[in-house]
Amino acid sequence: MIINLRGVRGSIPVPGKDTVKYGGNTTCIEITTDEGDKIIIDGGSGIRPLGNELMKQLPVSCSIFITHTHWDHIQGLPFFLPLFVPGNNIDIYGSFDPVYMKDLKTILAQQMEYCYFPVRESELNANISYNNLKEGEAITVGSAIVTPLLINHPVLNFGYKVESNGKSFFFTGDYEPPLNIYEPEDEAYAEYQRLVDQQKKILTDFIQGVDVVVADCQYTRDEYPSKKGWGHGTHDSCIEMARDANLGALYFTHHDPTRTDQELDSIYDDVMSRSDLPPTKFFIAMEGTEIKL
Amino acid sequence: MPINRDQLIEMVDKIPTFQESVHRILALTTSPDCAAKDLVQVIEHDPILTIKVLKLVNSAYFGLSQEVTSVNHSVVYVGINTIKNVAISVATTGALPKNNKAGLNMNRFWAHSLAVGVIAKLLAENKGVGKNEQANYFVGGLLHDIGKVLFAHFIPAEYQAVLHKAESENISLHLAEKELLGFDHSEIGAMVAQKWQLPADLIDSIKSHHRLGKQDSQHCPLSLAIYAANQTAHYIELTKEASESEAENLLAQAAKIDHELPEAVKEWLGWPLSEVCKWLSNLDDEIEKALAFIDLSEGEPTS
Ligand SMILES: [Zn+2]
Ligand SMILES: [Zn+2]
Repeated sequence: MIINLRGVRGSIPVPGKDTVKYGGNTTCIEITTDEGDKIIIDGGSGIRPLGNELMKQLPVSCSIFITHTHWDHIQGLPFFLPLFVPGNNIDIYGSFDPVYMKDLKTILAQQMEYCYFPVRESELNANISYNNLKEGEAITVGSAIVTPLLINHPVLNFGYKVESNGKSFFFTGDYEPPLNIYEPEDEAYAEYQRLVDQQKKILTDFIQGVDVVVADCQYTRDEYPSKKGWGHGTHDSCIEMARDANLGALYFTHHDPTRTDQELDSIYDDVMSRSDLPPTKFFIAMEGTEIKL
Repeated sequence: MPINRDQLIEMVDKIPTFQESVHRILALTTSPDCAAKDLVQVIEHDPILTIKVLKLVNSAYFGLSQEVTSVNHSVVYVGINTIKNVAISVATTGALPKNNKAGLNMNRFWAHSLAVGVIAKLLAENKGVGKNEQANYFVGGLLHDIGKVLFAHFIPAEYQAVLHKAESENISLHLAEKELLGFDHSEIGAMVAQKWQLPADLIDSIKSHHRLGKQDSQHCPLSLAIYAANQTAHYIELTKEASESEAENLLAQAAKIDHELPEAVKEWLGWPLSEVCKWLSNLDDEIEKALAFIDLSEGEPTS
């Protein structure tokens, strides 16, 4: 399969001279299987140029998996042209929001309400199916199997594993490893830590030996203490994940919008100079990168 | 037959305290960065709340692949934010008597309360109210008519007469209450809310859902929203009935509700009710979903 990073930025698109190298579009990952099946994870602003390319060969058939409905993961969807063209087949997958009691279709329809956007959901002319996923429910897309796992973020967030022809890929979506909410002196600390470890192990087992992982790494070690609980990972959390799960390669993504190309490079150099790295290959996710598996 | 203030207070005294936990959760959650462990502690100290939270998190709604066995586990698994919202929803619905001898139809009562809660929440969302606060709008709608339940429970014979009068003379229930009892359900409802130490704007929204009072402009957005949501629910009911029976007078009644909205409500709403109703075309689906949060005793939600 070929994995194409279409958007690697967190929070908000940041075009401009400081983001030329790594790109300014928000999250979108395109996966093409050896058989040509199209899987897209997340509809950040990176999905717009992807849509324009897909339009060159109609009809378009693809499956879009949404990790969660924070703005930077869906804001490009209303600009994904294949949705507007009759004859295209687009299956959209994501989780039902049990807190706000909304399914995916409702959330996306609201995103397209008249006050925000000039076209209504009902005017999308492609054949669109909306599917509320349950954790662990594997979806077959052509030769690939896509499986969601719930991982920690302020809203329910699915990490997706894509497997095809013996190759495997995983994207975390937005993910901060769960933290112990107790202080070490609290009675409940140990029990809570057991649950945290158990939850982390579920992820580690789920992605054991995966070839390529793209993982949320919005913050540095120094920034993290003031961003705890915001729902994003760090280089440390990514490296820990890579070590525990024996990953082949890991791409740091969800770059903070304030981060310049230069800063990304120097942070990367700094992290790579650490002496305790696992054998996993680490990269900075860059818009336009094609990973062949 | 009118009741006096002492009797009213006596009734309020007899209602069980709103579980302390509910009050504490509402208080805790008004601060955006409430400590997760405090919230867990409150839930864990209330066995009923704990069971309900776990039941909901384990329901088909969440579709989790592991069974969640403790509140701490639920927090690790789905996050503190989600558990906070679940706790607010389930906590606010458990404190009321389930049936009464006055003939107040409890199914209709809940259906209406739920509709007002859902509408108020949707309106709040539309007006850009923060997500953390939206739960209060839902709760406000859910509780606005709670005074009716008290009357029906504690003075069933008198309240039966009230219900009969409202029905036979085709007048609003709160007017019939005022005439026969001397107090209406918004007044006693507000007293209960006070006893439960709910936030001040929630109390005000219950108290003023039929009469905003003189200083319209001083009402908080929550009160305006509950007023608007209540009238919207009535408007929708009337237009629905009208479409089934083709009765002109029902439509006229609906138009009258729209026309007679207090200025402050009209201003807050920004649209006439007729438009609001069009906007709410999928209200039934929303209510269907919200039902899962109201009565968890009737088994798991299925969708
Ligand atoms: Zn994000
Ligand atoms: Zn997010």
